[in-house]
Order: sequence, then structure tokens, then C-alpha cells
Amino acid sequence: MSDTPAPPDDVVLEAVGLTKHFPVRGLASHGVVHAVDGVDLQLRAGQVLALVGESGSGKSTVARLLARLYPQTAGEVLLHGRPVTAIKGRAFRAYCRTAQMIFQDPFASLNPVHTVRYVLTRALRIHHRGLRGDALEAALRELLERVQLNPDAYVDKFPHELSGGQRQRVAIARALAAEPEVLLADEPISMLDVSIRLGVLNLLRDLRDRLGIAILYITHDIASARYFADRTHVMYAGRTVETGDSESVTQAPAHPYTQLLVRSAPDPEHLGDPVRTGAVGEPPSMVDPPAGCRFHPRCPFAAELCRTRRPELLAIGAGREVACWGYAADEPGAPDLGAATATQEVAR
Amino acid sequence: MSTTDDLTRDALRPPRAPGAGRPVLEIRGLAVDYGYGTRRVHALRGVDLTLHEGEVLGLAGESGCGKSTLVYAATRLLAPPGLIAAGEVLYHPEVGEPVDILRLADDELRASRWQDTALVFQGAMNSLNPVYRVGRQLTDTIAAHRPRSTRAEREERARELLRMVGISPERIRSFPHQLSGGMRQRVMIAMALALEPRVLIMDEPTTALDVVMQRQILEQIMQLRDRLGFAVVFITHDVSLLIEIADRIAIMYAGEVVEDAAADDVYRRPRHPYSVGLLHSFPPLHGPRRELGGIPGSPPDMGHLPAGCPFADRCGFVVDACRTVHPTLVSTAVPGDDPSRQVACLRHDRAALAAAGAPEVEVPAALAVR
Repeated sequence: MSDTPAPPDDVVLEAVGLTKHFPVRGLASHGVVHAVDGVDLQLRAGQVLALVGESGSGKSTVARLLARLYPQTAGEVLLHGRPVTAIKGRAFRAYCRTAQMIFQDPFASLNPVHTVRYVLTRALRIHHRGLRGDALEAALRELLERVQLNPDAYVDKFPHELSGGQRQRVAIARALAAEPEVLLADEPISMLDVSIRLGVLNLLRDLRDRLGIAILYITHDIASARYFADRTHVMYAGRTVETGDSESVTQAPAHPYTQLLVRSAPDPEHLGDPVRTGAVGEPPSMVDPPAGCRFHPRCPFAAELCRTRRPELLAIGAGREVACWGYAADEPGAPDLGAATATQEVAR
Repeated sequence: MSTTDDLTRDALRPPRAPGAGRPVLEIRGLAVDYGYGTRRVHALRGVDLTLHEGEVLGLAGESGCGKSTLVYAATRLLAPPGLIAAGEVLYHPEVGEPVDILRLADDELRASRWQDTALVFQGAMNSLNPVYRVGRQLTDTIAAHRPRSTRAEREERARELLRMVGISPERIRSFPHQLSGGMRQRVMIAMALALEPRVLIMDEPTTALDVVMQRQILEQIMQLRDRLGFAVVFITHDVSLLIEIADRIAIMYAGEVVEDAAADDVYRRPRHPYSVGLLHSFPPLHGPRRELGGIPGSPPDMGHLPAGCPFADRCGFVVDACRTVHPTLVSTAVPGDDPSRQVACLRHDRAALAAAGAPEVEVPAALAVR
């Protein structure tokens, strides 16, 4: 197992115009669920990209598309610039080795009848054929040490003897057995006890720094995205609405949805004077998503233009993009975001 | 967004004065066991807690710390193998003597439930019956407690309740599956408020919802609280949320309350090492980015609790006595603290240390922030 990190800022995995429509069940039904529509993202070696959004915004579908758990409707996944087309056979297994997934629920993702030793040796033997005896044992111990579990204490435990945080560490160790270049972490901490969540995030960050792994971090908690991720993409109803470095996306959100998200997040500094966002409305139907900007039914600034034409991602500064007509100043009929964009809600 | 905020934030809010009102619900020495004989687990070990009129009391703690068990025991909804081993739960009616809910006869209990104390359950979205329209479920609740009301009155009240929680009254004809998760949760809140209870207990009411929907519902609950004046027990594992909405917070660990103080004090001046750790488990959304570690170790196995302080293994301020002496709730040992706040930590309990013959210890600076 080599510990040499890949060169930094090297794009490992890239999605271009990634789209996934699921058919709606039923005889008379011809509709599709627009789970993901035209998402672009780049995962770079040694960097964490956070994908933030509410449930149903398509963020988990993006991870599964990148892991090739199902094929996309349109668009491409590129590994080191080459399109990934394999769906079975040796090429597919080679791809799986490169991009490993960590699931949300460590209680469900580990087989309860097998010990940690079995789970990890199996992963090691699949990905490193010919590993036997002492070499296998050494690799097993190294894996456990990488996820900060004491090998002697944990190697012969069953999943039910472990706490949630320890189980998630074993799941991470199993993913590391393949020596992946990309980790796709789908809400890796949301099922864990609050006091141990940061421990798991810090472990992932340590792996990013030491092994130079590219990490996709999917979360609904924008505060943890700020803590952990280098860059943040905000998704709403299957589309990317804002991208940028995590600090500026959370401190100066540009898109009205991101602003609402940041304002809605619990913040102890608003002690005794809870924020009243006055937000109304519900997430849209994904079978028949709203025309134009998908956020317009809930957006306080929506204008006629937003209801009819879809906004593209516009560059609004260093490395930042936002899909909102309010930033297209030369577009006739663009909505006026007013004071909201000027003050950026940082202080309130 | 100052303009909209000014408009929405001017809602009347009574002055926050924790502990100022009369008590409505007093829990004394409540102990709950799960299972029997040698495999018995002490899930709740002598909890004392008082809820005052119109107060929002937050119960915080990790999964398995007993916060849900506490409210189920206090409302006598605990399912077997849960067993109330000791304690009393006094409900103070508006007029008359306090009654012990744990000793009420069945018919008295049935009359008191929902009327005095209503509950919104964890995952309440799935507590609605899928085969009945929501209107029917609302009117049934009213009919059970107001048998002399007419059908038209009940229908009218159901519409009013839906309006109150921000749902169009036409939705009275909808089935639960036709409503979104947030709307179903609001129907549950409407149902809980149907008889205008004095105490509303909410067990993780917004955990399954997205942050934006969570915020919308919390705003609604707070507005209704200001208007109707009920007291709220709010259970969640999200301390940052509690600090924002609660007047007083009780932090639980391993079946005990380890700190009980005003929300402001818990946030700015935490006294228990676990409270400090919990506050450092949530990365801040604003302000400086700092390195956070959470709390080392994992929550204890409730079946094999250590003799002394249950937090000793994970605590950074542990002294020898912590392994043997079990701390109880006492006033803090920091001069100038609110005298009504309590903490269960030997670092603050000179008397317990002296009784155990242990050397006296200072309160560490991290537990004595002013």
C-alpha cells in the first residue's frame, strides 16, 4: 500500500451534464422523476467537495451515478479525463476500485453475522489478489490503524459489539482496502451520535491529507460543509444552484435558496431571539418540476423571467458560480435581489 | 433581509424569565428500568425536573441517554418492558391541588391526557392513520374529549386548527399521503393543540425534516406558544437548535440530568464537562473556523455503568474520586453564578469530595467561564 498522495489539484473524477430520470411506476403513467438534471462537478485529489441540499434534491443520486450503481440518462462521468462506460466485467471492477462509496447507515452497511476481520480481509483479497498469510494480516492491521481503531481490540468483534462511530470507521476501512482515489461519502455522519460525528469527519480529513484522496461529502448540514469541505455545491430540485469555496458560500450566500438555507440553520448566536425567516412553501414535485428556475415558487424575489426561462450558472467572482437571474444584470426583466445580496446576511 | 425580519420578528414575545412562572409539571426522583431480574437496565436514574408555565424547556442528549424515556414515563406511555421503578410526576392544575400522574386512576388519566398534556411524537409524520382523512382524525380527537360538541362545531374547530398551523382548511378532506412530510408534522401539531393543553411535549419533532422546513415549523410553534401560552418540553440532540429556542435546558447523560440551567448560561457558561464537549461537537456556521474534536470515546453501555460518574471515561477533567463517587445535582462552585442552576460534577461539589475523603480540587478554568 503506497502512501504517496496524487499531485494536488489534479481532477480525478468529473461529471459533465450528469442527468438521471427515473421512470414513474404504474401502467398509465408516462412521467419521469427528474432526480438530477445537468450537474457538473469536479473531484480533485486531496480536496473535499461538499454537496449540500434538502432531501430529494438529488445529491445522493449524484453519488450513486458517480459510483456507477446505475447508469445515467444523459451526460458523462470522466475518470482522469476519460469517459467511464464500463457497466460490467473487469473494467467495471477496476473502476469500483478507484471510486468507493461510504453509506449513511453503518448499522445496515455491515453484515451482522461477520466479524471485522472477515469484512476487511474479504475486501483486501478481492482488491489485492494473491495477498495471503502474514502479508494479509499486516494489511488488515494497517487498515484498522488508518481509521484509528486498535487492531487487537477490534479485529474479532461483530458489528453489534461496536458503537455507531466504530462501525462507520470499519466501513471506511473497508472502502480504503481498495486503495481508492475517490471516496463518495453519502451523509457519513448523520446517523451517528452527535459527540462522535466530528471524530469521523476529522478522520476523513486526515485521510484526505495523508493519502491525497478526493472526497465527495454529501450532507444536509451546511455548517459541517463549512467545517470540512474545501468547496461546496448547493443543489436544489436536481440542479446545482450555487458553487464556490465553502467559506464564501456559507458566509456570503448568493442564491436566494442558499441564503434561506443558511438563515434556517440553527445558530446559537441567535440566543433568545430566534431568526424568523418567514419562509413558506414546499419543495417542488420532481415529476413535474416548475418551469424556469425551479426555486421560483418559493423565492421572494421571483420575477416573470424566473418563471419562464431557466437560469444558467453565472460566474460571480473567484471560483464562484450561481444560477439565478438576479445576477444577470444585462438581462431584461431580471429580478431585483435588493438588499439581500448587498448585506449578504452575514451579521444578522 | 432586515425589512422582512422586522416585520416577522415583531410578534409579541413575553419576557424570558426562566423559573418565574408557577410550576406546571414537576418530576421528582423518576427512575425507569428496562427488563427484569439480572438483565435489568437502569435507563433513568432518579431524574428531577420542573417545567414552569409558558416555559420552553429543552432536553438535550445523545441517543440512548434517556430523554425520550423520561417523557414517556412522565406521561405513563412507557411500553413494556419499560417499568417505572420510583418517583412521582406532579401536575399542577390551574385551580386545586397538584396530582401525581403516576397514581391516577385509569379514567382520570384518560381525562387528563391530551387535555392537560399533549405529545408530538418522534416521526409523527407516520403517526397519522393512512386510511382516514386528516379531518376525520382531528374531529375524532375532539369528539373523544368533548362528547357533547356537535359535528359542525368539531368540523369548524378542525378547520380553525389547520389554519392555525398554516395549512389551508380545504386540506381537511386530504388523506395523509397527499400531504408532504412538513404538512403531516403540522397536522400532528394541530392535533396536539386541539384541546388547548397547558403542556406540549415534542419528541424530536423536526429531526426527520429539512432545515428550511424545520425552521418554518419552529417559527410556527413559537408564534403559537406566544399566543396560547402553553409550556413546551422540546427534546432533541441538536444543542445549537435548543439554545436558540429554549428558555431553559436540561442536559442528560446516561439516564441522568447532568446540567440544568438557563439557555444563555448553558451556551456561554457551561459548567459540566459533557456540556462543554457537546457544545464543541457542532461546527459553527458563522464566526472563526476552529478545530473541533467532539468528545473522545463513545456513550457508555447502560447495562454496565461504572460505579462513579458515568462520564468519567470520556472526561478531560477527571479526578480519582470520579471513579468511585457518584455525583448528584448541586449548585455550581463558581462565584456569581445563577443560584438556581445545577450541575452534577464533583469538580463543583466540595461536600461530596469531603465526604468521600478525597482531596479538594479546583474548578478548572474551562468549567468556570464567566
